[in-house]
Amino acid sequence: MTDWKKIAPLEDIPRLGSRVVEIEDGSIAVFRASDDQVFAVRDACPHKNGPLSQGIVAGHTVTCPLHNWKIDLESGEALGPDEGCTNTYAAKVEDGIVYVQL
Amino acid sequence: MKERLVLVGNGMAGVRTLEELLKLAPQEYEITVFGAEPYPNYNRIMLSPVLAGEKSIDEIILNDRRWYEDNGITLHTGDPVVEIDRVNRKVIAQSGLEVPYDRLLLATGSNPFIIPVPGSDLPGVIGFRDIADVDAMLEAAKTGNKAVVIGGGLLGLEAANGLQLNGMDVTVVHLMDILMERQLDRPAAEMLRKSLEEKGLKFLMETQTAEVLGEDHVTGLRFADGEEIEADLVVMAVGIRANMDLAQKAGLYCERGVVVNDTMQTYDPRIYAVGECVQHRGECYGLVAPLFEQAKVAANHLAKMGIARYEGSVTSTKLKVTGIDLFSAGEFNEEDGDETLVLQDPAQNVYKKLVVRDNRIRGAVMFGDTMDGTWYFQLLREGTDISGFRSSILFGQHDLGDAGHGDETRVAALSDDAEICGCNGVTKGDIVNAIQTKGLFTLDDVRAHTKASASCGSCTGLVEAILSSTVGEGYEEKPSKKPVCACTEHSHDEVIRAIAEHELKDMRAVFDFLEWKTPDGCATCRPALNYYLLARWPEEYHDDPQSRFINERAHGNIQKDGTYSVVPRMFGGLCTPSDLRAIAEVCEKYNVPEMKVTGGQRIDLFGVKKEDLPLMWKDLSDAGFVSGHAYGKAMRTVKTCAGKKWCRFGTQDSTGLGVQLEELTWGSWMPHKFKLAVSGCPRNCAEATIKDFGVVCVDSGYELHIGGNGGIKVRVTDLLCKVDTEEEVLEYCGAFTQMYREEAHYLERTAPWVERVGLAYIKERILDDEEERKALYERFKIGQKVAQVDPWKARAEGEAAHEFVPLKISA
Ligand code: SRM
Ligand SMILES: Cc1cc2nc3c(=O)[nH]c(=O)nc-3n(C[C@H](O)[C@H](O)[C@H](O)COP(=O)(O)OP(=O)(O)OC[C@H]3O[C@@H](n4cnc5c(N)ncnc54)[C@H](O)[C@@H]3O)c2cc1C
Ligand code: SF4
Ligand code: FES
Repeated sequence: MTDWKKIAPLEDIPRLGSRVVEIEDGSIAVFRASDDQVFAVRDACPHKNGPLSQGIVAGHTVTCPLHNWKIDLESGEALGPDEGCTNTYAAKVEDGIVYVQL
Repeated sequence: MKERLVLVGNGMAGVRTLEELLKLAPQEYEITVFGAEPYPNYNRIMLSPVLAGEKSIDEIILNDRRWYEDNGITLHTGDPVVEIDRVNRKVIAQSGLEVPYDRLLLATGSNPFIIPVPGSDLPGVIGFRDIADVDAMLEAAKTGNKAVVIGGGLLGLEAANGLQLNGMDVTVVHLMDILMERQLDRPAAEMLRKSLEEKGLKFLMETQTAEVLGEDHVTGLRFADGEEIEADLVVMAVGIRANMDLAQKAGLYCERGVVVNDTMQTYDPRIYAVGECVQHRGECYGLVAPLFEQAKVAANHLAKMGIARYEGSVTSTKLKVTGIDLFSAGEFNEEDGDETLVLQDPAQNVYKKLVVRDNRIRGAVMFGDTMDGTWYFQLLREGTDISGFRSSILFGQHDLGDAGHGDETRVAALSDDAEICGCNGVTKGDIVNAIQTKGLFTLDDVRAHTKASASCGSCTGLVEAILSSTVGEGYEEKPSKKPVCACTEHSHDEVIRAIAEHELKDMRAVFDFLEWKTPDGCATCRPALNYYLLARWPEEYHDDPQSRFINERAHGNIQKDGTYSVVPRMFGGLCTPSDLRAIAEVCEKYNVPEMKVTGGQRIDLFGVKKEDLPLMWKDLSDAGFVSGHAYGKAMRTVKTCAGKKWCRFGTQDSTGLGVQLEELTWGSWMPHKFKLAVSGCPRNCAEATIKDFGVVCVDSGYELHIGGNGGIKVRVTDLLCKVDTEEEVLEYCGAFTQMYREEAHYLERTAPWVERVGLAYIKERILDDEEERKALYERFKIGQKVAQVDPWKARAEGEAAHEFVPLKISA
C-alpha cells in the first residue's frame, strides 16, 4: 500500500529547484516550481539515468543535466521528439509541509 | 475597450506583422484587414513555381480564411481602401465601408512598372505580380504561341522560364548587355545566359522597346532600332514602384516609398508601414527577408514593447529556375580598395567570386555551385574577419578542418552511412530520413529530432548543408538576428544592451521588460541572463543558483554516474610536497576512486559523492587550496612552462608571471571558459598560442596573444601587441578579459568572438585608447572583489547546505 509520507517544510526546497529523497530502492527527486507546486519523480532520466534532481527547472519541466532531455514533471515523460518516461509519485503541500505518496 | 488596428494591404509583409503581433500581444487590438485582391494572404514568391506548373494556388496560401476567423480578425478581400481620413482617424474602402482606427498599418506592396510607350495599355500586355497575372499568362499560353518578356532581371527570367514550360516560344528583351546586372557580374551573367539558352530561351540584349504593336490586342513590338518582333503576350518585368498613392493622398511624407523611421513609423505617429511600399534610410526593399525583419520591428512597437529597431538589411538573391544554381549577395562588383577572390571552373560550369575589403566579405556571386552561399552570406552579415581561413574560403565551409570532418568533400557525395555527428553517432542517412519523414525545415528541428549537431556543434556546417541539399531551394527564411532561445524574440546583443541601458538588475526585471514568453525562462536563457546580470552589476546582482547549470551550482563536474570531480587550483601549475601530500590524504580519506593529472596542469579527483563535497572542500581549504573552477564558464587555468628560473632558453620568469595572472583572474565568471598560458620563450612549451589569452616571453619583453582555442575547432591566437613589463601584461590581460566579459554572447568563446567583432576593433579599444584600457581594467578589478570569494570554502562553512544533503523521510 502507498502512504503519504512527510518529507520536509516547503521552504527547504529552493524555488525552481529540488531535493533528493533517498528511498529503499534508489532516490526520488522532489521539485518545487515557481508557482510553489511540488512534484516527485524517480531521480533517473529515461535516457541514461541522469540525476534529474540536478537539472534546471522551468515551468513544470526539468532539463536533465547530462544530455539536455526535457522531462515533464507532471507525467514524467520526455518532451519534444525524445521518447521515454520516468516514474512519478503523487506530491502535495499541506500547511507548508511537503508530502509524497510512496 | 480594445484599441482598433487596421491593416491596409493583405500581403506578405502586412500579415507577417500581424502574426508577430499576435505572438507578442494577442489581446491588444481589434483587427481589421483590407485586401485589394480577392484572396487571403498567399506566398507571392511562389507565383513563379505556380507558373512553371510545379505548385498549385492552394499550396501557396499562407493564411486561409480560417486563420483570420480563429484570430478574431475581420477580413475584407477584393475591397481596396481608397482614402485615409487622418483627422477623423478612419479608412474608407471602395465599397463605401468606413472603419475607424487607433493605429493604422500600411502594407500596400508595389506595382509593376509599365514602360510608358505607345500601346503599353493594350490587352495582352501584363506585369508579373499577382495571381491574376499568372492566370492571364496561363490563359495566353493556351491560345497564343509567342511570348516576349521585357526585362532580364530575376522576375523576368522566372516569368520567361514559366512561359516556356507552358509551351510558349519565349524571347527575353533586355536593355543592358548582361542579364540580372543588379545581382550578377559579367562572368556569372554570361554563364546564366548560356544555361538559359540551352533550355531554349532566346535573348535580345541591348534592345530598347519603342512601341507595342496591335489594334485591339498586342501583336508585336517595335524596338528603337526599328526592328520588329511578333508577340501574342508581352510581360513587362522591368522593375517595381512602391505603391504609395494612398499614403500620398493622405499627405504622408513619401519619397520613392512611404518614409519610415527605425521603428517603422511614418510621419504620422499613428501610422506604421512595412514592406515594399516603404522607404527606410533611403532604401526600398523588394525581397521578403528584409520585409519580415521590418514586420518583427513594427509588431514590437504595435505591441507597445517599444524596444526593437530596424537598421536596414543586406539582401541575397537566388533564382528560382529549376536546374540553375545561382546566388548573389551584397556589393558584388568590386570598387577601389576591394580585393576579389575568384574560383572559376568552366568544365564544371562553376564560378564563385567574393569581394573582400579589410578581410571582410562585402559581396558574393556564385554560379553552378551555391552550396556555401548561406555561409558566405552569414559571414557577410556578421562582418566576420576571414583572415584565418581566407586561403581556403572559396573551397567552402566543409574545407575548414573541423576535427574529424576535415577531409569530407561534398555532402551530396557522402554515402548514407557516413557519420556526420561524432558525438551522437548520427549518420547522413539518419538526418536525410528525419528531414523527409518528419518534414523538418530548420537546423533546430534537425537537432531536436536527430541530435546531430546538438552537442559540440562542430558538424553544424555539414548538417546545414544536408538540410539545404535535402529541402532544396524551398523557401527559407533566415533572420539575421538570432533570438537567445524560444522564450524571446530578442538577440543576445539586445538583451545585453537592455540590461545596461534600462538598469535591469534582476531576472524578473529582464523577463518583464523584454516580455519573455515563458514565466520561468528555460535552461538556455536563464544561465545566460544570470551571467549578463552578474557581469553588468557585480556588486548589486544576487547570483541565482537555480539558473546555473549543475556544475556551477555544485562547483564540480557532474560525471556520467552522477558523482562529481574535484579539481583544486594550482596557481601556474606550481606545487609543493605538502600540497601534494594534502591532496593525497584527502583522496584516501574520501575513497576517491581515481586521480589524474589534467591537461591544465593540475590534479583531478574523480568520482566524489555529492554529500562528501563540502567535507572534502573543507580539508582542501584548510590546506590552502581554492576551487579550480574546472567546472565553470569561468577562468580555468594558467598553464606555464619552466621559464628563466630553470630552463636554459628561458627569457623571462614565465612561471612567476603565470602565477600573478592566475591570482589576478581566478574566480572570474565568463561568457565561456577562459584559459591562459605563459611560455618562457618562442618554443612555446605552454602552448600559449591556442589560449584565450597567451603570453610568449621574448628577450625584449612579452608578446600578448588573444582568441586562441584548442578543442573542437583549433584556432591559433592573433597577436595583440608586445609590451615591456609584467605590470603591462596584467593590465592588458585584465582589460581584454573585461571587454570579453562585457561584450561577448554567453557561450561564445574568445575565438569566435574575436572573429565576429574583428581584431581591429579590439585593438582600437585596448591599444589605441589608453583611457578605455585603464577603465576596463578598473572595472575588471571591481568585479573581482566580489568574485574572488572561494566558493568551496563558503560551502564548507555551510552555504547552500541544502544542495548537498539529501532529505530523509520523517514519517
Ligand atoms: C579534466 C580535463 C581532461 C584531462 O584529464 O586532462 C578535461 C575534462 C573535460 N573537458 Fe576539457 N578537460 C581538460 C582540459 C582541456 C583542454 C587542454 C587545456 O586546457 O590546455 C582542452 C583544449 C584547450 C581549449 O579549451 O581550448 C579542452 C577542451 C574541452 C572542450 C572544447 C572547448 C572548445 O572551445 O572547443 C570542452 C567542451 C566545452 O567546454 O564545451 C571540454 C569539456 C570538458 C568536460 C568539462 C566535459 C563536460 O562538459 O563535462 C570534461 C570534464 C571531465 C570530468 O568529468 O571531470 N574540454 N579541455 C582537463 C581539465 C583541465 C583543468 O585542469 O581544468
Ligand atoms: C513572381 C514573384 C517572385 C518573387 N520571388 C521572390 C523571391 O524568390 N524571393 C524574395 O525574397 N522575394 C520574391 N518576390 C518579392 C516578394 O514577393 C515581395 O517582396 C513581397 O511579396 C512584398 O510584400 P508586401 O507585403 O510588401 O507586398 P505584397 O505581398 O504585394 O502585398 C501587398 C498587398 O496589398 C494590396 N493592396 C495594395 N493597395 C491596397 C489598398 N489600397 N487597399 C487594400 N489592399 C491593397 C495588394 O493587392 C497586395 O495584395 C517575388 C515577387 C514576385 C511577384
Ligand atoms: S575529458 Fe574531454 S576529451 Fe575526454 S571525453 Fe571528456 S570532454 Fe571528451
Ligand atoms: S541521461 Fe538525461 S539526457 Fe541523457
